[in-house]
Amino acid sequence: MAEPTQPAQPAPARKPRRIVGTSYRKVDGMMKVTGQTRFADDLVLPRMLTAKILRSDVAYARIVSIDTSAAEALPGVKAVLTGKALPIPFGILPVSQDEHALCPDVVRFVGDPVAAVAAVDEETAFEAIQRIKVTYEKLTPVFDPEEAIKNAVPPLHAYGDDGNVHKRVSMQFGDVDGALAKSDLVLEDTYFFEGNTHLPMEQHATLAWQEPDGRLTVWSSTQTPHYLHRSLAKVLQMPPSRIRVVACPNGGGFGGKSDPFNHELVVAQLSRMTNRPVKVTLTREEVFYCHRGRHPVLMKARMGLTKDGRITGLHFQSLLDGGAYGSYGVASTYYTGALQTVTYQVPTYRFDGVRTFTNKPPCGPKRGHGTPQPRFALEVHLDKAAQRLGIDPADLRLRMLQPAHSVTANWLRVGSMGLGPCIEKVVGGSRWRERRGKLGRDAQGRRRGLGLACASYICGAGLPIYWNAMPHSGVTLKLDRGGGVAAFCGSTDIGQGSDTVLAACVAEVLGISLGHVRVVVSDTDLTPVDLGSYSSRVTMMSGNAAIQAAERARELLAKAVSARLGVPESRLAFAEDRVFDVEDATRGVTFPEAVVLAESRFGTIATVGSYTPPPTPGAYRGAGVGPSPAYSYSAAVVEVAVDEDTGRVDATKVWIAHDIGESINEMLVLGQVEGSVYMGLGEALMEEMAYRGNRFGVHKIPSLLEYKSPTTHEMPEVVTYIVKDPDPNGPFGAKEVGQGPLLPIMPAVANAVFDAVGVRVDEVPITPDKVLKALEARDRRYGPTSYPDLRITETMRVLTPAEGGDGKGPDARRERKPGAKEGSPR
Amino acid sequence: MAEPTIPPAPPEPPPGRAKVHMTLDVNGERQEVAFAPHKTLLEVLREDMALTGTKHGCELGECGTCTVMVDGQPVLSCLVLGLECEGARIETVEGLASASGPHPLQVAFADLGAAQCGSCTPGFLMAAKALLDQDPAPSRDTLKEELGGNLCRCTGYLKIYEAIEWAAGTLRGEHPASPLQPGATAPHVHGEGCRHG
Repeated sequence: MAEPTQPAQPAPARKPRRIVGTSYRKVDGMMKVTGQTRFADDLVLPRMLTAKILRSDVAYARIVSIDTSAAEALPGVKAVLTGKALPIPFGILPVSQDEHALCPDVVRFVGDPVAAVAAVDEETAFEAIQRIKVTYEKLTPVFDPEEAIKNAVPPLHAYGDDGNVHKRVSMQFGDVDGALAKSDLVLEDTYFFEGNTHLPMEQHATLAWQEPDGRLTVWSSTQTPHYLHRSLAKVLQMPPSRIRVVACPNGGGFGGKSDPFNHELVVAQLSRMTNRPVKVTLTREEVFYCHRGRHPVLMKARMGLTKDGRITGLHFQSLLDGGAYGSYGVASTYYTGALQTVTYQVPTYRFDGVRTFTNKPPCGPKRGHGTPQPRFALEVHLDKAAQRLGIDPADLRLRMLQPAHSVTANWLRVGSMGLGPCIEKVVGGSRWRERRGKLGRDAQGRRRGLGLACASYICGAGLPIYWNAMPHSGVTLKLDRGGGVAAFCGSTDIGQGSDTVLAACVAEVLGISLGHVRVVVSDTDLTPVDLGSYSSRVTMMSGNAAIQAAERARELLAKAVSARLGVPESRLAFAEDRVFDVEDATRGVTFPEAVVLAESRFGTIATVGSYTPPPTPGAYRGAGVGPSPAYSYSAAVVEVAVDEDTGRVDATKVWIAHDIGESINEMLVLGQVEGSVYMGLGEALMEEMAYRGNRFGVHKIPSLLEYKSPTTHEMPEVVTYIVKDPDPNGPFGAKEVGQGPLLPIMPAVANAVFDAVGVRVDEVPITPDKVLKALEARDRRYGPTSYPDLRITETMRVLTPAEGGDGKGPDARRERKPGAKEGSPR
Repeated sequence: MAEPTIPPAPPEPPPGRAKVHMTLDVNGERQEVAFAPHKTLLEVLREDMALTGTKHGCELGECGTCTVMVDGQPVLSCLVLGLECEGARIETVEGLASASGPHPLQVAFADLGAAQCGSCTPGFLMAAKALLDQDPAPSRDTLKEELGGNLCRCTGYLKIYEAIEWAAGTLRGEHPASPLQPGATAPHVHGEGCRHG
């Protein structure tokens, strides 16, 4: 790692940086603007076949029979595949291996894959799947969590905690009831966050080719080539060494390409059957049914506060609608309860979470993974508390900030913490103190209001998805005699700029221009493992690995140059494509000369670096979700205009501050912040996955036109403040920015609607019909009114740090993360 | 690396479907091409002419991703048949750069962070090119109106506006193509209260 790890000590004098902290073109920028970036669907191989997948048109049924004879008879059809051929299940989490490449026995949602065809062209493949006859024996589907719990006959899966309850979590840190009993104010309310989807512009595509020697290569639009590699080996029963996965640049991911997908396994098998390359590209409608997006979550918050505005305790409950499969759902469940404690001091905390299976497309990780829903509830709840206590919402938050370099009640170690400055920035920029509550009407007669909210997000998960002690990210550097440096890393660029971060970290350490670094990424044959582009982990982990590899290369070069120049290594500087004496810059060699000197002395120059997150302080069951090397912080103020006649809400301006630690590329940081604001506004105001319960779970609006997302017309002006509180664990002090800045937007919009028209919409999206209902309601509120009794019988008690705990629960067994063991459903 | 490449020979023809054979004018080059008559211009460009720079997001005319220019007008290539384009002047992202270098729009998009994942980028570039050909100094409201049919999920559109405005200035001869070039005053590439939109 590049930076010292003693947070209490003053940082050593920083070397001037030439790349980190500035703005510059992405290393893949020109490829993208010339249309030359090759996404998965742009790949073509000789003799390539096209695959199509037949998907279930019923929500829940047993497959009685599948007749593929008419498809097989169609000229041009080269292979037909059904689920019986690939009986081994898979799934992203070791504890929920509940999916199949094609459903062998039961379909669980409209869109579940049943059969597949490889044919000479798309038209023939499409015609062929229509000729496949599937006979179903229908079962009674369930479409919402409460119904799923009541009518679990038969449950969607046999391995859940009970019936259709996939996961049940209950944990308590300190005495919440005791703390609430002594509070000046106890505030209790329920909230609902509707599900929404990633909607990447690129539809998923995969090309598979089993070469004549039996090696299989899979090019795919995946954010997680390493996990796809493992799933392919498992399902196809092939040694991983015979499989190569190449993640193509993703045309947007947002979490939607983080699961290993059935279509990826299907084309791999079709290629093995035909000995020809096979490609599948999902239609936009299929992308909607693959989903893995935001879980719909019903929540209840019960919070105690003192009259001077300190939280005494929080009891948070969440009920997740998981859809038909596990996906990341166990982690999602924990995430709805994990990060409430890292923004504000919460001395006693209890979390109860339940995830259920329903007959809808599976939910999973979308930008913010499991944390936007509780963050929405918590930040709206605090706005209500501020109102009740007569304290300005910004001041209330500033009074209760979690200190930097501290450990929370649920044993999360907070590092650098720039939320205070973030709040000050947006409060100042928006003139919050002068303008809140006083904005009146705009020229069109709409009522205007300001709302504030804050958030935090992890910079990578502290623990891997499958239990192992290996690094989370690795980088290999190879130095060429001509001065070129190749950086190999398994990281995947999904548009966030990870290729650029990789190149920048290497170039900064070696003092060379970005143009001399070539990145080779996301290829399981060529690049060291990086776990994937999820949980905002890539800058933190591949960045630190890149720095370590580059420092090791620099050491070799310094030794060789030192010997040649007779200058001690400690006096050598690497900058401007040169290695020179800091005391006499004219004494030096060019970077290529330095490589030649080093290679002459040490042989071929290649170095490696890797990164493993620091140990986590918590060791109770469930402590694996939430820990991170660092946490980013964000605060936002949103200004809205509300039309009281139509109920329409428009966001008219956003001020947002984000504590990035340090920016590796400032322009890309700004781009992530603005993109997060955009996506947050979509979630706040319009985006929702809607199904026809009375039409057997068919998606109402599986198209880009009808699934409403913000266009140029809905996107307001954004003022961004980058706050830099370097984290000792971050590469050059950097933290994440891809997900955190989305989180404060939804609650800030809800709080602004309250400021504008005095109604609470405790549910997103805040659509016009809900605003109108709230305006008409006696209690001036729209939202859920009750939370079901979920029969939580056992709550794990963990002593907090303040109580002198050791971070272990009563049940401190082998498991660090739910389901450390590979494979078997319970 | 065994990079996939464009196949040297066409795949075997689909059974029972006759291809049409015609000459299309794409990026100033007249090329003979044979394709199934039901194919959209998008499919002909990508599948039969190996011009995969034009991307797709829905193939239903909903997202603007596949925008190309036909006779100077921005057109959704997924809603036009290849057959309809005989004799028309088709421009795609591949034709935007010339031998002398990238188009100012491309430089500005790259240097101002207007392309994140890059999937919607060719469509935005062609829509912007069509706009700037008609209006060399579009207002921000005009930009919003003209680009309202192109979806982007990464940027929130703001950096796209800025890149088009910068490129418009370049085309008007007011400043260099690269906003990051020494001497150029780049809009908003640092993060202290920087305003976008």
